[in-house]
Amino acid sequence: MTDELEQRHAAIDWEYASAPESRTIVQFRDRYGLVIGGEEIDPASGEWFTTASPATEEPLAEVALAGAKDVDRAVAAARGAFDGWSRLRPAERSKYLFRIARILQERSRELAVAESLDGGKPIKESRDVDLPLAAAHFFYHAGWADKLEYAFPNRTPRPLGVAAQIIPWNFPLLMLAWKVAPALACGNTVVLKPAETTPLTALMFADVCRQAELPAGVVNIVTGDGETGHALVQHPDIDKLAFTGSTEVGKAIQRELAGRGVPHTLELGGKAANIVFDDAALDQAVEGIVNGIYFNQGHVCCAGSRLLVQESVADTVVAKLKRRLSTLRVGDPLDKNTDVGAINSKAQLDRIRELVASGEEEGAELYQAPCELPEHGYWFPPTVFTNVAQSYRIAQEEIFGPVLSVMTFRTPAEALEKANNTAYGLSAGVWTEKGSRILWMAERLRAGVVWANTFNRFDPASPFGGYKESGFGREGGRHGLEAYLRFDG
Amino acid sequence: MDYASAVSQAPTVPRDAEPFSPRLGRVGSVDAVALEARAADLAKRSIKRESKLQALELVVRMTDLTTLEGADTPGKVAALCAKAMRPDPVDLSVPAVAAVCVYPTMIEPARARLGSSGVRVASVATGFPSGQYPLPIRVADARAAAELGADEIDMVVDRGAFLSGRYGEVYDQIVQVREAIGGAHLKVILETGELGTYDNVRRASLLAMAAGADFIKTSTGKISPAATLPVALCMLEAIRDVHLETGRMIGMKPAGGIRTSKQAIQHLCVVNETVGPGWLTPDLFRFGASSLLNDVLMQIRTQKTGVYESPDHFTID
Repeated sequence: MTDELEQRHAAIDWEYASAPESRTIVQFRDRYGLVIGGEEIDPASGEWFTTASPATEEPLAEVALAGAKDVDRAVAAARGAFDGWSRLRPAERSKYLFRIARILQERSRELAVAESLDGGKPIKESRDVDLPLAAAHFFYHAGWADKLEYAFPNRTPRPLGVAAQIIPWNFPLLMLAWKVAPALACGNTVVLKPAETTPLTALMFADVCRQAELPAGVVNIVTGDGETGHALVQHPDIDKLAFTGSTEVGKAIQRELAGRGVPHTLELGGKAANIVFDDAALDQAVEGIVNGIYFNQGHVCCAGSRLLVQESVADTVVAKLKRRLSTLRVGDPLDKNTDVGAINSKAQLDRIRELVASGEEEGAELYQAPCELPEHGYWFPPTVFTNVAQSYRIAQEEIFGPVLSVMTFRTPAEALEKANNTAYGLSAGVWTEKGSRILWMAERLRAGVVWANTFNRFDPASPFGGYKESGFGREGGRHGLEAYLRFDG
Repeated sequence: MDYASAVSQAPTVPRDAEPFSPRLGRVGSVDAVALEARAADLAKRSIKRESKLQALELVVRMTDLTTLEGADTPGKVAALCAKAMRPDPVDLSVPAVAAVCVYPTMIEPARARLGSSGVRVASVATGFPSGQYPLPIRVADARAAAELGADEIDMVVDRGAFLSGRYGEVYDQIVQVREAIGGAHLKVILETGELGTYDNVRRASLLAMAAGADFIKTSTGKISPAATLPVALCMLEAIRDVHLETGRMIGMKPAGGIRTSKQAIQHLCVVNETVGPGWLTPDLFRFGASSLLNDVLMQIRTQKTGVYESPDHFTID
């Protein structure tokens, strides 16, 4: 063959050129104060902290560290706004929520870039999951605001009052939407405390509220650390507490609230089983496994962190999974082709490393995707542990990182027993082509959500929440409204 | 040879297959929702700058420039061949396409025109597009096409037999065509738009590969839907499984409905991330298309000059 002909048949060595989303759409200010009573104010504490990008460690902005006095002012502002907001014609509340939803859509690129910068998640996830779902939650609850009596026939729903809400760092704006939308739809006012490492989109949301001309004091935002959250929980004038975060903190909150008569909903940790039967569509199951544990770097409370696979197909599934791992693109969260972004914080990275070390020590077999990790920032490669025993820490404790533990089973009964053998109960996945088996499993799995032949699917109409140490109360759907209402005549 | 024993010797079934495992035991099933979700995810890859230009030139090299009309004439085919050898007369660095794809009566004019350019002649055969003719006629059609000088034969599978569950017949027919065409390259058209389910697409893919296909091809282009990204993904997963099991590298050709550079590049991303970069060659991946080429040429010029030119600057053949 001539050179020319050879060239014509040659395979190309194809690397995707970097395709970064432009960050010029976001202009962070140097400093963000607290948003209380419709004003941005400096903290009485006089303290500030820096929020940085976990992908580069680059500081992004200074944020107020709210102390007890600031929390007190925020609760007072919410209390002050409650009367007007709760007496507003429900159809008017609806309009505000619609307006917020529309503005979230209009500003979605800006907010998605901010979310990826501050939190480290890939832009394709913040763009295609976080932002559309956050807007969807406001749209959904806008529809309920003037129809609450139809949601609860023959009962008289009334708002609770001031809702204190503490949200985590894994889906900052989405968790805000899960909390704020139903609270406002039901006529409550809000004091929201975003996570320490990801406060920026909540502060930008304050600007969305201003644009929507939401009455002052209806949504108040206090940034800070664990102490700020503690002050909010302790505040005597809150009427409701909603928390999403770790089981450890959830338990502390429950102790704090004991005997105070403050209704609360807790959405805590998980150690979900993703169960693959031998008749499943294996290639799609592998996609579901990948999505289940590597989506958002595994920083997902309902992540499918335990893979239970039927022994007869275990080798095939693990081989397919390892192969698939090598195509995951780990790196710059703003690159549109990135599949797995940065670990949210140094502290979280340390915890992941510690648990992975324990897995190796206990005798599990480690496999990590071959990938180059950036020099700066916090990174962890997609990881699979095989030969995992039910008793290992990596099979029991929530890792909250891109680490999967693979175990096998022989019969449906054994799969069920192993899946339920955990202190948690937030979610589970079942992969089989057999419909009757899906129903059999779903009836018996002690988990708030059971996905069949899919994983990590969310919808505002579908209630989400846990069994056992994964918490209680539901968010989303009609069930989610109930957590922001009282029915005592 | 009967179907069961043929398939048990076929390369898609492991030699040590358990006697009680079902025939074509590893066909497995395909979940439509998750398959389509994965394809949609891969379609979002953002291919820019040098990687885009590289891809576009590869798409040209992978194109089977096609005309399959009742109105085809030697003149029309000659024009198409000229385009195939030198797609962009203004930019001679643009490579020739892989092949021209025509009806059997147009093989000779195409052959004459293409000469030793290295551009191959592919011919559809076996009663294309429906395949609803007696088997001897279909086999003779394929044999004639090979004898007329086609380098590659694009045959259609008997969907009637397949859909009524007579897989053995389909298998035997492909084997007969394989034997009839001698050393020519065999592409087996599954006509996925008529198969109804991805499970069937996967089953037909494995069947065609077992029977000796060099390439499996989505569609005739006469039925809608033709080539879609999820169908390509489904077929490539079957190709990958055969490769991992047996080492055989089977090619893939989506045909019909791919009209834009963007769609073509999405297919390349699916290839790259499903079977791997080893398949990014015209020897293992082709696009069956007619209008795609001009869009790709426009995009190549845009990549090189930074401006979009009017479609009037690209020839219609």
